[in-house]
Amino acid sequence: MNKTDVMNKADVMKKADVMKKAIYPILVGLLVVAAPFLMDAFRLNLLAKYLCFAIVALGIGLAWGQGGMLTLGQGVFFGLGGYSMAMYLKLQEGGLPDFMVWSGVEKLPALWTPFANPVFALATAILGPMLLATLLGLLVFRQRVRGAYFAILTQALAAALVILLVGQQGLTGGTNGMTNFYDLFAWDLAEDSTQRGLYFVVAVVLALLYLGARQLVRSRYGRLLVAVRDGEDRVRFLGYDPATVKTVTFAISAGMAGLAGALFVPVVGIISPALLGVVPSLELVVAVAVGGRYALAGAVLGAVVMGYAKTAFSEQFADGWLYLQGALFILVMTLAPKGIMGVIKRARTA
Amino acid sequence: MLELRDIQVDFDGFKALGGVDLTVAEGELRFLIGPNGAGKTTLIDVITGLTRPTSGTVGFDGHDLVGRKEHHIVRLGVGRTFQTAVVFEELTVLENLDLAASFRKPLWSLMRQRKGVTEAVEEALSRTGLEELAERSAGVLSHGQRQWLEIGMLLAQRPRLLLLDEPVAGMSREERERTGELLTGIARDHTVIVVEHDMEFLRRYASQVTVLHEGKVLTEGSVDQVRADPRVQEVYLGRRASDAVGTGS
Repeated sequence: MNKTDVMNKADVMKKADVMKKAIYPILVGLLVVAAPFLMDAFRLNLLAKYLCFAIVALGIGLAWGQGGMLTLGQGVFFGLGGYSMAMYLKLQEGGLPDFMVWSGVEKLPALWTPFANPVFALATAILGPMLLATLLGLLVFRQRVRGAYFAILTQALAAALVILLVGQQGLTGGTNGMTNFYDLFAWDLAEDSTQRGLYFVVAVVLALLYLGARQLVRSRYGRLLVAVRDGEDRVRFLGYDPATVKTVTFAISAGMAGLAGALFVPVVGIISPALLGVVPSLELVVAVAVGGRYALAGAVLGAVVMGYAKTAFSEQFADGWLYLQGALFILVMTLAPKGIMGVIKRARTA
Repeated sequence: MLELRDIQVDFDGFKALGGVDLTVAEGELRFLIGPNGAGKTTLIDVITGLTRPTSGTVGFDGHDLVGRKEHHIVRLGVGRTFQTAVVFEELTVLENLDLAASFRKPLWSLMRQRKGVTEAVEEALSRTGLEELAERSAGVLSHGQRQWLEIGMLLAQRPRLLLLDEPVAGMSREERERTGELLTGIARDHTVIVVEHDMEFLRRYASQVTVLHEGKVLTEGSVDQVRADPRVQEVYLGRRASDAVGTGS
């Protein structure tokens, strides 16, 4: 058998595969479109929230699953995006934001002024996290900081941001954060139709990011990322600088988290330190592990499934969720380290 | 082409290399031998930037390699393999070779999907005889095939100087023979340094040999010269030449 035969055979197999695999995207697409008709406004709003988390999870899947960077501080980037958007929404109301009045601030701080511009706010929500991640990446990956050390570092960053936000009451709303948003570009955020529109925006953004991430994973760069994950030191002798490869990926995942934060704020109507600290950052990593970190779809699935599970379970037993979540994590890590996606894949090939 | 001058490596008081001079000309095939702990691999590590020498210079094509990062040295045209044959098991054979071949492309251009097989990869596949396994994941390869894949990755990089660290260690007789042929072919159009333990292999494929002993160059010359040298016989456990340099380690 010569090589062209091998290639042709691979092509034929690929076509059959594509047909089989097309079923799932179509199914998911139908579900997403049908959701507003199947759910009441409250449930749809919850789904939109989970999809925001799924965007963060997608970034974690890219950084951790593909690139081996266990980032425990995605909340930092999510928060930067969320606060940027919240500042814009607050300024839209005109006058001094309510919490500033309560804190005795009399003049709008200079830091706030540019956020009256929606383009600036959205750009900051995405580019701010990317810039921060790039600086951090260049700093730590060059020094060959990795594994648990990198994880701890990112977690410390999340803790530090919370302290910073809480401490700057007049600038950030402190522990309470910011809430009571009314309009987004002249649409009333309390209206069901606005929320439905937001849901679709979130779904489309997630779909586009997913497709882009998948393309990236399949490209040479994606292969290189896996190579860096499995043998960073060996990659150097292929002539690549692993620090650059990791930094770029980390920045992309940070940008995703930032955008997710910006979408989260109009959907859920609040941003506060409690939403972006150590615990929410960890929860998403757990969700990605449960869904299956080696597949991008697993990360998205994990975020949605764990989001639903949390809501459903907390409705019954207020405090039980933490234990269930921990148990689930241990269960997955010991029995199915590749998560739900790993189980599905094994069932399909068996 | 390669000029090492007075290379010293000190590992916390242990002198791994104590002043090594080595000159390799363009197009040469040089074998580096010596008993365990002689400093052969350390020397390769120094050339490729993995270990920083305590003193001395590594001249390659007018550049001093000392203090440069590993990937910069690769970009200058120095490639290496490892004793343990490290390949990326999650990737296919083809993807391994393709990654090795693409390192000169800018990062953004890597973000597009690979289409087809480049000339360098094709050549590496046919030279190493791994065509049939191109689409298999590297994790399923046998030890010998891994070594060939690693050599293939090295070839795909189109380096000017190749450093092979014990390419036939742990190989069967048949695999050794194939590796020897591969090596002979590569040496025809490349400059190659081979670290080897296997005396049988040395006798069959080597021409120029450098003997290291206790971190110093003991002697240099053709295979026959080196084998006849009483000092070489002595360091190989004091056995007679036919036992030592003849029948293997």
